[in-house]
Amino acid sequence: MAEAILSVRPRTSDPLPGFRLALFSTLLWVGLIVALPLTALVVRPWQEGLGAMTMALHDGRMFAALRVSFVTAFIAALINVPVGLLLTWTLVRVRLPGRRIVDALIDLPFAIPTAVTGITLATLYGPQGWLGKPLAHLGINIAYSTAGIVVALMFVGLPFIVRSVEPVLRGLPPEQEEAAGLLGASSWQTVWRVVLPSLLPATVSGFGLAFARGIGEYGSVIFIAGNQPFRTEIAPLLVVVRLQEFDYAGATSIAFLLLVASMLCLAGVAMLRRRVARGLISGVN
Amino acid sequence: MSAFTRWSLVIATWLIVAVVLILPPLLVLSEALRDGLPTALQSLADPDAISAIRLTVEMTVLSVVINTVFGVLAAWLISKYRFPFRGVLVALIEIPISVSPVVAGLVWLLLFGSQGWWGAALDHYNIHIAFAPAGILLATLFVTFPYVTRTILPLMEQQGRDAEDAATLLGASFWQILWRVTLPDARWALLSGILLTTARAMGEFGAVSVVSGHIPGMTETMPLHIETLYNGYQSVAAFSMAALLAIMAMTTVGFRAFFENRARRATLAGDAGS
Repeated sequence: MAEAILSVRPRTSDPLPGFRLALFSTLLWVGLIVALPLTALVVRPWQEGLGAMTMALHDGRMFAALRVSFVTAFIAALINVPVGLLLTWTLVRVRLPGRRIVDALIDLPFAIPTAVTGITLATLYGPQGWLGKPLAHLGINIAYSTAGIVVALMFVGLPFIVRSVEPVLRGLPPEQEEAAGLLGASSWQTVWRVVLPSLLPATVSGFGLAFARGIGEYGSVIFIAGNQPFRTEIAPLLVVVRLQEFDYAGATSIAFLLLVASMLCLAGVAMLRRRVARGLISGVN
Repeated sequence: MSAFTRWSLVIATWLIVAVVLILPPLLVLSEALRDGLPTALQSLADPDAISAIRLTVEMTVLSVVINTVFGVLAAWLISKYRFPFRGVLVALIEIPISVSPVVAGLVWLLLFGSQGWWGAALDHYNIHIAFAPAGILLATLFVTFPYVTRTILPLMEQQGRDAEDAATLLGASFWQILWRVTLPDARWALLSGILLTTARAMGEFGAVSVVSGHIPGMTETMPLHIETLYNGYQSVAAFSMAALLAIMAMTTVGFRAFFENRARRATLAGDAGS
């Protein structure tokens, strides 16, 4: 790639200095820190030979872990959709006492380091925790179960939904809703037929971002998950377990599948955004 | 909207915010201060804790400096010139955002681990990268790689290169143009990108956990030390360290919000002026 770029120098007479320096430093930086390690990840599984690959693909524990990660990330992102839409709606359209505080708090899951989130949620929902204890009396156990993973992923994913939908909702003229009301629509009809369809692409893209983050999430989940193989063991944790067993082939196959899944997810989100920007999907300005 | 609907929405929102977003930070403080402030502070003065804090600060400073220098040059390259494979370059720079932290650590073991491509060879020369601070630095660099470029790129693209071309005509060198023409306009965005890199670097857990080897006092950063303390049932010490780390990260993010507001105002003012 470097040679191809250099051989076709842009406007060979470009007077602005610094092109070569910036190009070389950028290629060096991207090459060493991103391209090289990712090449290792893509090449390594084939290097181990077909035997190791087929063995990895017959690993039931791997598929169980991937299923746990995908299912919990999906459920968490799904629950976050109505919760996130409610928060966004109140934030943008309702005179909310303490609006600025709520607005700042929404970004809290982005700001808190994942290890802190992990031990905090595990304690909060644990058998002796502020929320875990009363819930246990009701017969609901969250920590050390699948529900715990979902709770952690919901916490981490919530800002994605709110921050994706918020700018679109701000851009929607309230007159549209007033017009629907004047034309005789009930408030439910206005929400279902007028507002939600306009927010759909942004909601889907927030869902996609939260889901992609959820499949790969590690620090905020492992403390609350219980980590029982086949039941509450997430795929990123199994990568770590395989590494501790010095099973590089096994670790790399899971990592490779995780990488492909999150890249597909984000490519989908990017495509959706481009289509919305080009006006191919109506209802969004 | 009827008063009933409005108040239902307000109450529902505050209930969700209280349970989901306010309880966790309160719990961190309450657990850290369970035996009083002196005990909490004492746990932070433990030699392993001090070593973890020092390592986190060192790794953060190094990652921020390296990723800022190269990130600015990359943003300059992408925004001021047109060249083949520009889109591929942008996509490559964005990749680390979508990679699971654990994978971001694993890739370095594939290169420098004992079974990695070059691990054994480097071991021979007594160079240790996996399970050593160098590996932690590489993992942190990977995880925080895109933030500076990503934050300043939209602004620099919007600026175009008229001012830079004028400076070239007047005989300015590359560094003069970058330092005196391009960066002053992008300074708030740059600061916001640097602060985001800082917050991410000090809090990184998964990637660092894979390459560090968890040697207390040697290769444990603050997040890793929190894990060790928590798993060792030293709850007060774990949450004291967690409170310190959370305060550091949240202060950084708070400053960032402040500077982003200034950046937005600067952009608006620039638009009005042009």
